[in-house]
Amino acid sequence: MTQTISKTPPSKTPAPVTDERVAKRNPLQKLLGRPEVGALVGAIVLFVFFASVSQTFIQPNAFATVLYGSSTIGIMAVGVSLLMIGGEFDLSTGVAVISSALTASMFSWYFATNVWIGVILALMVSLAIGFINGWILMKTKLPSFIVTLASFLMLTGLNLGLTRLIGGSVSSPSISAMDGFGSARAVFASSVTIGGVDVKITVFIWFALVAVASWVLLRTKVGNWIFAVGGDANAARAVGVPVKATKIGLFMAVGFCGWILGMHNLFAFDTVQSGEGIGNEFLYIIAAVIGGCLLTGGYGSAVGGAIGAFIFGMANKGIVYAQWNPDWFKFFLGLMLLLATIVNLIVKRRAELK
Amino acid sequence: MNAKEIDQQTLLQNEKDPLTHTPVHLLSLEGVGKHYGNIIALSDVTMAVDNGRVTCVLGDNGAGKSTLIKIIAGLHQHDAGVLNIMGEERKFTSPRDALDAGIATVYQDLAVVPLMPIWRNFFLGSELTSGFGPFKSLDVEKMKAITLKELAEMGIDLRDVEQPIGQLSGGERQCVAIARAVYFGAKVLILDEPTAALGVKQSGVVLRYILQARDRGLGVIFITHNPHHAFPVGDRFLLLKRGKSIGYYDKKDITLDELTAQMAGGAELAELAHELEQLGGHSDVVKEVQAEVAGVADVADAVQAGAPRHA
Repeated sequence: MTQTISKTPPSKTPAPVTDERVAKRNPLQKLLGRPEVGALVGAIVLFVFFASVSQTFIQPNAFATVLYGSSTIGIMAVGVSLLMIGGEFDLSTGVAVISSALTASMFSWYFATNVWIGVILALMVSLAIGFINGWILMKTKLPSFIVTLASFLMLTGLNLGLTRLIGGSVSSPSISAMDGFGSARAVFASSVTIGGVDVKITVFIWFALVAVASWVLLRTKVGNWIFAVGGDANAARAVGVPVKATKIGLFMAVGFCGWILGMHNLFAFDTVQSGEGIGNEFLYIIAAVIGGCLLTGGYGSAVGGAIGAFIFGMANKGIVYAQWNPDWFKFFLGLMLLLATIVNLIVKRRAELK
Repeated sequence: MNAKEIDQQTLLQNEKDPLTHTPVHLLSLEGVGKHYGNIIALSDVTMAVDNGRVTCVLGDNGAGKSTLIKIIAGLHQHDAGVLNIMGEERKFTSPRDALDAGIATVYQDLAVVPLMPIWRNFFLGSELTSGFGPFKSLDVEKMKAITLKELAEMGIDLRDVEQPIGQLSGGERQCVAIARAVYFGAKVLILDEPTAALGVKQSGVVLRYILQARDRGLGVIFITHNPHHAFPVGDRFLLLKRGKSIGYYDKKDITLDELTAQMAGGAELAELAHELEQLGGHSDVVKEVQAEVAGVADVADAVQAGAPRHA
């Protein structure tokens, strides 16, 4: 019998059983390991900055406007973030939003139906665009850059061509007098007054989408599959994950988000310019990347995309409130993107090493 | 020194499985072949896998080992011969198909997603859920607990199942993949070159898990190009070369030296020595190769004499 001499005096309360190889990570380090933390730090810095240079920025009304601006990017960023975690990206999102709005508007105007019929049709068109993008991608195995660039160009042409062909103008006709416009406007483009501040409904839709997407991503089978198809599609296939269905589903989710934003645009302004939307796809991708989604897939979060959109909204409106020339906005955005990705990279490496 | 080839016909007729006492093999291939366009990747391969046995598939690069396992794992379909599972003819159209038939494959690249936590990888494709309808959510705590327990049972003492699997060593990752296959009720476990990228010690660890899987009653197919890894754990040895079977032996009928000789191919080594000499290669190297040729030739001759190969 050998007796081991214990170096530590016996404590009265038994310590929880832990592996000695697992060093206690302090909560701060654990937090730094999250994908969205770089963006969060950036958002706080930006908020403090604008709050200090502009008195109006922190007033409730102004903040509601910032949130509204964020939500119009953020709603799409939810879908785009999921897609990016799934290892693909979509360049057609900006014009697909307009396609959806135009579908609803032109259909109900041309056939003089209740606008809700147009809204439902637009949903189907949006989902179909997503499906076709995903399906072609899976069939041809081309990079999503090429496939969605092609659909971006085609949709741009269709938006302009069909709108002029059917309505005879570059913008869709006003549908504000049609049946169902009021109720559709209440759903997609109304405001809720909270404590005397008008908050646009898109803000709530945005929050709800982020919550649902986070739940799906972290707590469901499908979420597990999304991470897997983005991280290593071959490995995922080998263990029985339906890779094609997952990726096509992600494109359709992007389509769904595009439908919501398209409907908001339509019912907020009641006409739609057919040439709009070009370039917006990059804003959604920027929001997702700032939010910590890896361009190569397999890593990221829906909350990150939301923070990315919030950063965008703050920068966009903050420049106005600070009474600077908005010409500088794009430069600012580019700088933000670069800094955010570098911060993400450093933070992620640090967290993984520790 | 007698190396007697297995005759699949008599094996099929007479052998009863030692564990299940069923007259049929868990998995058997008869004259299986596969071509890609006009390239014949595999032709006329015959082998059998049984409960609690390790069948080793040996061969050099390009011998057709990968094609063979891809057929069994459902990634490719064979276009000649018969694949039987429990005596029933099958042709898998997807990896899911093969998985459902109880065939799990641990690939060379491990089929794990490096950025995902260990427990998510462990249950990937077969996640446990609770709740109902559209509100089914992952049973995270249960999955974590099972992952830890299963890995502990395989003798793998992991630190934290929440860490990304990419942080584990190659050997540990192999073990997670094997444990995953065992847990999900695999009857046949295919291991594709599990020791190829590992050091000596790590290889030993993986070989031990192969034996553990065997002792749990699984039929194991162990694919390797290293006879030194195959011989200690294998029960049967199938040798492939250029898409063809060049030998199929029971362990009792063959020695490690014979196995190595068959794999190395004495004639080829002799040719290499000759070539090096012609090229004016370094004399030491040439001598070394020649010595090797002499050694291999002795054994190979004995093998040839003992068992005239049947076509």
